[in-house]
Amino acid sequence: MDWFYEFPHMDDDSLRSLKKAIDEGFRAFTRAYGDVIEGFFSPLQHFLIAAERFMTQTPWPIVTLIVLAIAWGASRSWRVVLGCLVTLLAIGYFDMWDDTMRTISMIFVCTVLSIAIGIPLGILMSRSDRLQRLVNPVLDVMQTMPSFVYLIPVVMLLGIGKVPGLIAVVIYAIPPMIRLTDLGIRLVDKDVLEAADAFGSSSWQKLKNVQLPLALPTIMAGINQTIMMALAMVVIASMIGVQGLGQPVLKAIANQYFTLGIFNGLAIVGIAIIFDRVSQAYGKRLQKHREIVHG
Amino acid sequence: MADHHFGGIKIRHLYKIFGPNAQAHVDAVQKGLTKAELNERHGHVLGLSDINIEIPSGRIQVIMGLSGSGKSTLIRHINRLIDPTAGEVLVDGVDVVKMNELELRAFRRHQTAMVFQKFALLPHRNVLDNTLYGLEVQGLERSKAVDVAMRWIERVGLKGFESKYPNQLSGGMQQRVGLARALANDAPVLLMDEAYSALDPLIRMDMQTVLLDLQKEIRKTIVFITHDLDEALRLGDQIAILRDGEVIQQGTSQDIVLRPADDYVANFVKEVNRGRVVHVEAVMAPPRAGFSPNGTAIPAGTTIEEAIRMIANGPDNDVAVVSVEGKQLGMVNLRQLAGAMVNSGSFASQNERALTEAL
Repeated sequence: MDWFYEFPHMDDDSLRSLKKAIDEGFRAFTRAYGDVIEGFFSPLQHFLIAAERFMTQTPWPIVTLIVLAIAWGASRSWRVVLGCLVTLLAIGYFDMWDDTMRTISMIFVCTVLSIAIGIPLGILMSRSDRLQRLVNPVLDVMQTMPSFVYLIPVVMLLGIGKVPGLIAVVIYAIPPMIRLTDLGIRLVDKDVLEAADAFGSSSWQKLKNVQLPLALPTIMAGINQTIMMALAMVVIASMIGVQGLGQPVLKAIANQYFTLGIFNGLAIVGIAIIFDRVSQAYGKRLQKHREIVHG
Repeated sequence: MADHHFGGIKIRHLYKIFGPNAQAHVDAVQKGLTKAELNERHGHVLGLSDINIEIPSGRIQVIMGLSGSGKSTLIRHINRLIDPTAGEVLVDGVDVVKMNELELRAFRRHQTAMVFQKFALLPHRNVLDNTLYGLEVQGLERSKAVDVAMRWIERVGLKGFESKYPNQLSGGMQQRVGLARALANDAPVLLMDEAYSALDPLIRMDMQTVLLDLQKEIRKTIVFITHDLDEALRLGDQIAILRDGEVIQQGTSQDIVLRPADDYVANFVKEVNRGRVVHVEAVMAPPRAGFSPNGTAIPAGTTIEEAIRMIANGPDNDVAVVSVEGKQLGMVNLRQLAGAMVNSGSFASQNERALTEAL
């Protein structure tokens, strides 16, 4: 009756050798292709460094002005602009400016990368049910797998540094971008699509004139989600050498520095709110013509 | 298009079966398998069965039927938004069914334009940009497209609304945009799928007038789908009545009202205001020997209601009905006209007699 009380598992030796074989296989793969893969990602490294250099080396008043200008351009709301200003000044006053700039540059690159990969993938998914069935479980894994776990192969392949951090963040943050692009396009009114067909639109014309514009609110929600998830991932990414607000938080956890943790945590919340309000206000402004309804 | 006369639309032996294995059942249906049998035995739905319609160039063909009769399916075969299971759709002599994707796209861009029941405007574009959509798809230069679109916006009575968005407009105005968008394409075929069904009755009448006025100028070949017999009779040069995917009667408004093919049609026709549909020729008596017309002459093709208006204030005697060339065809009096308005069955036979005697 042993098997009844204890699950009959694989015997210990075989299990150990299975794990060892997989590890060794992956290690061999890393040795053989690590350099090639690193070379493949080196443009990202340049992009990251350039973004970070711009954010940290530009004098703070100029950066503040740029952020406020973007906030105004996107939202056309003085309240949002004022909120941004207060947040930035507070962050600077409590001496977290440089770390915040590093984090913002990281989030910026992550978002650009997620959009560049996520939207085309979402479009492809919306066109093929088979691809959707194939990609969906992958996205589920990406979202639910504990992020520490996929840090391991990324670090083995690329070592510690910005690029592996970036990849880990993108893996974690890209699923909503892909899903919501797919969903947005699938939800486009069939009648309008039929009209586009009836006028002889090519599939590119349909995408450009009908599907993307009508899916835009949903896509904007995806971008917003991606930014939020990327910010949440910043602390974890700091474990593999991503600089920014995550590192002081990590230090605070290790040494039980309560105030350090709270300050940096609040700074992350602050920029999260800036990103969120600005991107949402922009999305809403794009939809303005939908709100005025004929009475 | 001036040097080429558009050849009209011919639909021949068109079948549409809905289901995963439609092609396999065409033969059986052609040999007489009914809709109910097909559904019961094979789980396929017979959408259209042996449709044959010829639409001459420059005419308004109305296709009338209740919901589920297949009328919207039928109109979508003309620009092949739906692929037929069997049959031919010849537009200007070219079979739409045989076109490849590129030909079909070019055909839709230049030969047809469509107006939809739910308007199907682009909500993120204003009136102007919606109107020039077809031209944009054709690849026309923006400035030229704007010129053309502005002309049609003005023509459908929306001048001053160019920069409004669709949901700032009422249903009637939205459909004017739909109409302007279709007309801007300058395609010889205009497909109108229950275009006015979503509008309230007064606006619907108004839009019918707009269409009839425009048609005097543009002379398009129009296929108009409706479930409203009054609308069908008002607009249609030719009417086809569809039921369960089959054409049960084709003809002019006179044919439909005066000689309904079966009880189904007769039942529809019962409620129609005859005075506005039936022409005086159907009512008139043959000219009596020695009848000398005095006063008003009613031209052939006048409706009963119009004829009553013409002679209501005159003396109570027989009035001549004359052809376009001025030839005397017959005579009517007020009592005949009034009787015909309220009397459904009796004058059909009387009319037949009158016609044979007149000719």
